[in-house]
Amino acid sequence: MHNPLRSEADAFRWFVVILAGAISVGVLAALTRPLVGLIWALVLIAAGGAIAYRSSRGRRPVGVPLTRGGDGRHRVLVVANETVGGAALLDEIGARCRGRDCEILVITPALAAGRADHWASDIDEAIVLARQRMELSLIEIDQRLGLRARGEIGDSDPNVAMEDALRVFPADEIVVSTHPPERSRWLERGVVARARKEVDLPIAHVVVDLEAEQGGGRQAP
Amino acid sequence: MESATVALDHGHEEHHGPPEANQSSRIDRQTLGILLFIVSEVMLFGAFFAAYFFLRAVVDPPNWPPHPYQLPVYVALVNTFILVSSSFTIHYALEAIRRGNRKGLKLGLVLTWLLGATFLFIQVNEYAHVGFSARDLGFGTIFYSLTGLHGAHVFVGLMLLSFATIRAFRGHFGPEEKDHLGVEVPGIYWHFVDVMWIIVFLSVYVL
Repeated sequence: MHNPLRSEADAFRWFVVILAGAISVGVLAALTRPLVGLIWALVLIAAGGAIAYRSSRGRRPVGVPLTRGGDGRHRVLVVANETVGGAALLDEIGARCRGRDCEILVITPALAAGRADHWASDIDEAIVLARQRMELSLIEIDQRLGLRARGEIGDSDPNVAMEDALRVFPADEIVVSTHPPERSRWLERGVVARARKEVDLPIAHVVVDLEAEQGGGRQAP
Repeated sequence: MESATVALDHGHEEHHGPPEANQSSRIDRQTLGILLFIVSEVMLFGAFFAAYFFLRAVVDPPNWPPHPYQLPVYVALVNTFILVSSSFTIHYALEAIRRGNRKGLKLGLVLTWLLGATFLFIQVNEYAHVGFSARDLGFGTIFYSLTGLHGAHVFVGLMLLSFATIRAFRGHFGPEEKDHLGVEVPGIYWHFVDVMWIIVFLSVYVL
């Protein structure tokens, strides 16, 4: 859902459109009868509402623009939230960076608690939690794998977060980490499938079962 | 998007206060605030319009305004031109500051303020000469309520514009979006006030 009124420029555009509609209503009412003008105004309001609704729904991007590094470094973009410190994910990162000069960017989407929080951008708590998990995972990557990584908090929509990151990070491949299918909201929403459709890069999907890892003696974040 | 970035290399920097907002492709807080305020204002105006159209429906529609009252349509039309012009001048002010033109910003703000003040002056003058009061039938009550409610909003808009204009003359604001929110937010409000007047004018004076 896109807000059709994000700035003064948007508001001005709406103002001009409404002004044009009002002039047509005024002219019609003056030339015929006020009732005709009123009916025309209602038609315009209905049409305007429909256009605003359609434009607010937005369109899915057909492809995500990529940047290129070109310096011989292998760049891995990791997208993970609750599973960001999972052992399976760390193993996957380690396998992909073995024997390479590797640069890692970990994107942790800040997930809003609910739709109302998402709409109001009330994700302060989600940002704090995501940051804590991300910091722990960066330490794990450093200590267990001996690799240096950067981390960023991303949009609460993981696909948007991925797209945002790819604008500034010339990734060679992407690793998306989720819970197992029976518990993963990302898989339910088709995050991985959508990423594979939109992003022209190799995308690996890692399933991290935090419960199994904790049961096996590993400490999950 | 502009992610809330934590460029971490094992950093554990002290952080005070609420976390940095994750703005992404969504709207910034100030603009969201004014939009939510405008939504509430639309509901307020909606209640007044509902009352207005209800009155028109229960009174014999061809006889609106009721005999012997007359509305000064042409004065209101001139006032409409004045207020509509002010939307163009505030937009000019914002376009100017987006290009780094500070003189244009000041000129646009001053012109907008003057046009808004002229509108209010003419409206008060209209009240003084219109020939009926808020006590004269439901017609008088709803006329003064609706136009008065809008006039109050113009007054609030003028206050906001005053602050923005004073800040502009003190050298505040810059071309970056985050540096001219103090004009952007009153600008959005001002467009809302103008749109509301267009609807008030059409409903009360034309239809």
